[in-house]
Amino acid sequence: MKEILKVKDLCFDYSDTSVLRDVNFTVNKGDFLGIIGSNGAGKSTLMKLILGLLPLERGSIELFGTDIKTGIDHAKIGYVPQRAASFNAAFPATVEEVVTANLYSRRHLMRPFRAADKKRAREVIEQVGMGGSENRLIGRLSGGQQQRVFIARALVSAPELILMDEPTVGIDAQSVCEINELIKKLNNDGLTIIMTNHDTPALVEAASRLLIFCSHGNGELVNRNELTLEQINQLYAGKRGHHHA
Amino acid sequence: MLSIFSYDFMRRAFIVAVLIGLISPCIGISLVLKRLSAIGDATSHSALAGVAAGLMLGINPVIGAVVFSILAVVSIETMRRVFKSYSEIATVIVMSAGIGLTAVLSGFISGSVNLNSFMFGSIVAISDFELYLTIGLGIAVISVSMLLYKELFFIAFDEEAAALSGVPVKPINMILMLLTAVTVSVSARVVGALMISSLLVIPVACAMTMGKSYKKTMTASVIFAEAFTVLGLVLSFYLNLRPGGTIVLIGVLTLIICVFMGKNRN
Repeated sequence: MKEILKVKDLCFDYSDTSVLRDVNFTVNKGDFLGIIGSNGAGKSTLMKLILGLLPLERGSIELFGTDIKTGIDHAKIGYVPQRAASFNAAFPATVEEVVTANLYSRRHLMRPFRAADKKRAREVIEQVGMGGSENRLIGRLSGGQQQRVFIARALVSAPELILMDEPTVGIDAQSVCEINELIKKLNNDGLTIIMTNHDTPALVEAASRLLIFCSHGNGELVNRNELTLEQINQLYAGKRGHHHA
Repeated sequence: MLSIFSYDFMRRAFIVAVLIGLISPCIGISLVLKRLSAIGDATSHSALAGVAAGLMLGINPVIGAVVFSILAVVSIETMRRVFKSYSEIATVIVMSAGIGLTAVLSGFISGSVNLNSFMFGSIVAISDFELYLTIGLGIAVISVSMLLYKELFFIAFDEEAAALSGVPVKPINMILMLLTAVTVSVSARVVGALMISSLLVIPVACAMTMGKSYKKTMTASVIFAEAFTVLGLVLSFYLNLRPGGTIVLIGVLTLIICVFMGKNRN
């Protein structure tokens, strides 16, 4: 199985506060890794370190066999943020403009997008169930629709790995179900996914492996099918002993 | 009507006005969408200090304005990184410094007519050198903003996603700031340093009331800006008004109409 991500002895502190301690795990092609933990446990910090948004101080992260300190192949990675954190609803941009923008890694600096790029954007907009909305302003869409657009934006460069940081926060229940189904389908089609989510049961159901952060910040990696939801909850609450995958 | 073009100074003013109508929304749209509109104000006040310094030292005032505006935007970008959570204070500090410096330097200038013409705009004062400088810098601003169109859009919409996609966010933000400095400096002569920031913002605000996409918003912003500057110049010529004030007031009036029509549409 091809190794996509390898995290080794990763530690991270914010000033005097230790957030991550000796985190070790690997993600293989086709995996769906769910990251569970309470607020402040280090889930988003881990995501940002993998994406290169925070400086790596101790430990190492390899993406596609390359240390991220030597550079990241942006075209191979997609990122879906929390909707509210990344978005100005009054921004006059269409769905197609937002999705096409992420093809930057295909064209690079100062080269305009071509007809093939717009065609590719329309394909992924269709894939996430938003066909026909290409020319709608993104601010006029519902929360669930906007999040589908952000998933399309992440997919447009045909990445091998997608990181999703609580993609269903602030979205109505019906849309949450639809987005969770869409994410499962993407994984079934072979896409490697790393996702954090406060909705533990939904994440446990979808993920093939779980990285569970308790208060001590070093994470517990388990195979999903080896444990019941109750055992996972107990582990999450820090009531059980270590159970390595 | 055509007699307006029989005057050499009006022909110059029209060339400069058409260029300003092109470059100000190209830069303004990024500033507005990134919620950095106040940077135009801070830069223009620093440009005024540059004009005062130029007049005092016997250097062309537009060159003084360009140099001081560039210093202002570099200072703002640097301070925005120092005060990350309160980045707007960088704008206020630079604007205050610009006003203070203008006040002090103006005391060393004999006669305030020239400084006054930069504060409120003048169509009779454009020299050959200033005309060519404006054309050169204007073409440079238009070229760079067109070449970086997709990068500026992505950064304005979602800076973090742009960085993750490989866009060199910091250098492009600095380029945007430098383009802002140049735009403000070359526009100050006709529109006036105290009013140029409104020309960066008002055409974009008008276009946003009918925004169908980023591309259409930018196109509409350019059309609005051209209409304001050309109409403002014509009216100021025939009615003997200050061009800067006339251009800005036409813009404000248009914005009120656009907002009213937008509300009715919705």
